[in-house]
Amino acid sequence: MKRIVSLNINGRTVEEAIPDNLLLVDFLRERQALTGAKKGCDGGECGACTVLVDGHPRLSCLTLTASCAGTEIETIEGQARNGRLSTLQRAFHENLGTQCGFCTPGMIMAAEGLLRDNPDPDEDDIKSALGGNLCRCTGYVKIIESIMVAAAEARR
Amino acid sequence: MTEVLPNFRLMEPATVEEAVALLNETPDALLCAGGTDLVVQLRKGLAETGTLVSLSGIAALREIEVTDAGLRIGAGVTLSQIERAQVIVDGYRAVAKAARSVAGPAHRGVATLGGNLCLDTRCVYYNQSHWWRKSNDFCLKYRGDTCHVAPQGNRCRAAFSGDMAPSLMVHGAEIEIAGPKGTRRLPLAEFYHEDGAAHIRLEHGEILVAAHLPPPGAASEYEKVRVRGSIDFPLAGVAVACARTPEGAARFSVAVTGTNSKPLMVDVPGDLPPHSAPEAFFAALEKAVQKAVSPQRTTTIAPHYRRLSISALTVRLAKRLT
Ligand SMILES: Cc1cc2nc3c(=O)[nH]c(=O)nc-3n(C[C@H](O)[C@H](O)[C@H](O)COP(=O)(O)OP(=O)(O)OC[C@H]3O[C@@H](n4cnc5c(N)ncnc54)[C@H](O)[C@@H]3O)c2cc1C
Ligand code: SF4
Ligand code: FES
Ligand code: FES
Repeated sequence: MKRIVSLNINGRTVEEAIPDNLLLVDFLRERQALTGAKKGCDGGECGACTVLVDGHPRLSCLTLTASCAGTEIETIEGQARNGRLSTLQRAFHENLGTQCGFCTPGMIMAAEGLLRDNPDPDEDDIKSALGGNLCRCTGYVKIIESIMVAAAEARR
Repeated sequence: MTEVLPNFRLMEPATVEEAVALLNETPDALLCAGGTDLVVQLRKGLAETGTLVSLSGIAALREIEVTDAGLRIGAGVTLSQIERAQVIVDGYRAVAKAARSVAGPAHRGVATLGGNLCLDTRCVYYNQSHWWRKSNDFCLKYRGDTCHVAPQGNRCRAAFSGDMAPSLMVHGAEIEIAGPKGTRRLPLAEFYHEDGAAHIRLEHGEILVAAHLPPPGAASEYEKVRVRGSIDFPLAGVAVACARTPEGAARFSVAVTGTNSKPLMVDVPGDLPPHSAPEAFFAALEKAVQKAVSPQRTTTIAPHYRRLSISALTVRLAKRLT
């Protein structure tokens, strides 16, 4: 079955006929050409598909698009504004928080969700907020440092 | 990773009555709450349906209410709500701790209490992709005829691996179930059955609507043993509650998960009297847990390790609460 779903993606209103069984990650990647959110696992295990739904981190690989009607979705593509990297993106870049980059969109969106909730997180807060985001490259130390730097930047 | 979800229609009833009616009209309908387990199952071909009945639109399921009789937690309350609710953190610590130990924060923001209590059992031979299971001739639980864990046996040994059930059980929880014939209540411990392929007593057309807890009366703790500290199902998990008798003795209740096809209450060897040397009591408690549990080869970690670690963890929590 299909239905007309209207939702907001990175500030842009989108209205489309959506099959009930379409996953949000496939909708974003295949239909909206927003390939930042990655599909890294069989479902729910890796966090590479993390996006914000109404400001909260959600796994788009476990979310049905039809259930997101009326919500605001934010993806990594919404981070940079007017050609300038966001504070988090710049911090990841400058502090080696990203290596191959596959996990990075999910990491940054999970971190974005954390910083909105808690602008001054300590290391434990960051570790628990990123608990569901796996990285095969960095060993996490640089990711945590990057988020600390971004949080300090944003507070200034 | 190219799997496609089955071609279902998504129904979003606004009330429990509508949801019950929908389920009863549609024999193959499945309930979906947060979907953090069900969608994985659908993707892996472990569940099939033409109709998904979402519980997300039912506001009445999302309330935590303090009543004269204690606390009522709606089945649609999310685990993030539970881990943060002050009444739960203060009065039922094990419940808040168990919620916090489930999956990752993005799961917990949508994962519900009802979905956790009705979670399917797990096994290394079962929670795999379709092609993985097919190449292994499937198994007794679904589509096959042999159990790879206990090939001589005729029942599935998959382990119940939800974290919430034991934490609620040690606080004496009951659950409320709505169905075509009205609602019924039963102790949470009686909801489960020692069979990995049919471990919950819920008829088709019934919905778990709430858990009820008596007023707080015991200090409690929950901890689990897992492979990765940040995100993982329990290899074994234990909740311990400790209340004081009028004579000042410590009275423990203990419930475990991850070791059997159902979460279970452990028969505790009596009370720990005040001013007595506790070592013999704790040794007996450790033995009682080892005797009660029966972990099988359903995880990559040896059953013996799970048995020893969960009994040691029980004693650690009991000492902390004494
Ligand atoms: C990577 C990963 C890690 C995980 N780690 C853990 C963990 O550590 N501990 C843990 O306990 N779980 C874990 N889970 C499983 C799952 O996220 C949680 O158990 C969660 O609480 C399930 O709730 P849900 O609302 O998402 O359930 P759903 O997926 O929506 O449903 C689960 C099952 O319950 C049924 N159901 C849901 N609500 C009701 C109801 N009200 N009445 C009757 N039946 C109902 C559904 O039909 C389905 O069969 C993990 C999942 C993933 C993907
Ligand atoms: S315990 Fe046996 S029957 Fe049950 S899921 Fe595992 S292999 Fe299959
Ligand atoms: S793709 Fe791995 S959690 Fe979503
Ligand atoms: S940077 Fe490669 S997976 Fe994290």
